[in-house]
Amino acid sequence: MSAEWILGVVLLIIKLGAALLTLLLGAAYLVLAERKLLARMQIRIGPNRAGPFGLLQPIADMIKMMTKEDLTPRDADRVIFRYAPAVSAATAILIFAVVPFGDSLTLWGKRIPLVITDLNVGLLAVLGLSSLGVYGVALGGWASHSKYSLLGVIRGVAQMISYELSLGLSLVPIVMMAGSFSLVDIVAAQAKYPFIFLQPVSFAVFFLSAMAEIKRIPFDLPEAENELIAGYHTEYSGLRFGLFFLGEYVTLVTLGALTAVFFLGGWHGPFLPGIIWLLFKIAAVAFGMIWIRGTLPRFRSDQLMNMGWKFLTPLALVNIIITGAALLVLKN
Amino acid sequence: MKNNNQPLSQSVFEGAFGLLSGFAMTLRHLFRKPITEPYPEFKRQLPERTRATIILTRDPDGDERCVACYLCSGVCPVNCISMQSAERSDGRRHAAWFRINFARCIYCGFCEEACPTLAIQLTPHFETCQKDILKLLYEKEDLLVDHGGKNNDYNFYRHAGVAMLGDKGSHIGEEKPSDIRTLMP
Repeated sequence: MSAEWILGVVLLIIKLGAALLTLLLGAAYLVLAERKLLARMQIRIGPNRAGPFGLLQPIADMIKMMTKEDLTPRDADRVIFRYAPAVSAATAILIFAVVPFGDSLTLWGKRIPLVITDLNVGLLAVLGLSSLGVYGVALGGWASHSKYSLLGVIRGVAQMISYELSLGLSLVPIVMMAGSFSLVDIVAAQAKYPFIFLQPVSFAVFFLSAMAEIKRIPFDLPEAENELIAGYHTEYSGLRFGLFFLGEYVTLVTLGALTAVFFLGGWHGPFLPGIIWLLFKIAAVAFGMIWIRGTLPRFRSDQLMNMGWKFLTPLALVNIIITGAALLVLKN
Repeated sequence: MKNNNQPLSQSVFEGAFGLLSGFAMTLRHLFRKPITEPYPEFKRQLPERTRATIILTRDPDGDERCVACYLCSGVCPVNCISMQSAERSDGRRHAAWFRINFARCIYCGFCEEACPTLAIQLTPHFETCQKDILKLLYEKEDLLVDHGGKNNDYNFYRHAGVAMLGDKGSHIGEEKPSDIRTLMP
């Protein structure tokens, strides 16, 4: 084994650790930010007891979740029940592996790309992983052997599969314009201007589908509190519930990053270093989602399906045709 | 789009306006001062008749008002009041011991309503949490206060409960006995 190879492994592990730490901390503090912002939108104060301004609240929540009793319902399918949350959390975290978080660094004459892995099919990996995330929900809810979980799962799977389609279709124009499936190339293609100016429709479709995909209000039918208690994770407690929760907020961060990568120019931005810009853009997307959560009520099931199949999917398809035609005209 | 009399442009405009005004509202609230009153730092003045901790009051002379009639104990829906009645040498009844189990009390206020002497009263003071449940067992010494609570002037024994000392008609609120001879036709 050459020194080169060992150095590569060490670098990879450092990058993995840094990305994972940022992601998990980001997700934890996003929960706090969401609670704070929602509270202020409802003229409340929000969590302010743990530490100054409630800044230790995520830590306190983490300790609470880890020390709580881990219950398994008597009739649950034990093995599936136990491992479903891991699917949910792992797929969420894995998506971040293909997100570029900065220009390549040059250290000691070596070029270090600031992305964990630059897959040439990065976009497909993203879509594939987000589809796999459905399994976490489906298996977890099914294995719980509870009516609320089952209803939540039926809704959740229907919703996530429906919106998977428009999510994928909304990204086709991006691929056509960037000419690559690699997220690094897509960011590089936006060096001059972000794609949101060229593809506002695509952005809107992506944003809406992404929100439905991560089951956030107003698309939170799978866990509608007032109808289904907590939907697919009704029977979960302790760390396993924490994993579902973590997965949800990690996906929120990841989707912020993906929105930034696909439409907002990724880490590109004037004056500041790339990572700061990316974080800023993630925060902006997250704020948008929190704002929407603070404003809109939940969809009805049929409205949700109508919007997905009769509006977003055709819109994305038309958008693809128009983009293709425009590209063809511009080329000639 | 349900209303077919409307042109499409108008319904689109109205829909967008309705949606955006909601967002404007939440954004405006984001910069408003929260109306929350954080509890331990800010203690709201509770209304005088708030039902919380129970006290045993005294009459204006400084004697206990309680005559140990057991009415409060009888009316209590959770049986949290217990006592033992006794009689003083001057014939006045009182509670030898009086105990309220605040771990059980639901602060319904029935005892206060049942009390014929205004002795037992509920106060707005509610911060009585204890880690040890036995500390919520209040004895007579803990319950007795040095004032008359909501009514400082009332004195049950001025009206009833002890043998009359003066002549007929000398009692509070009692009319002079009428001379039956003057009533003759």
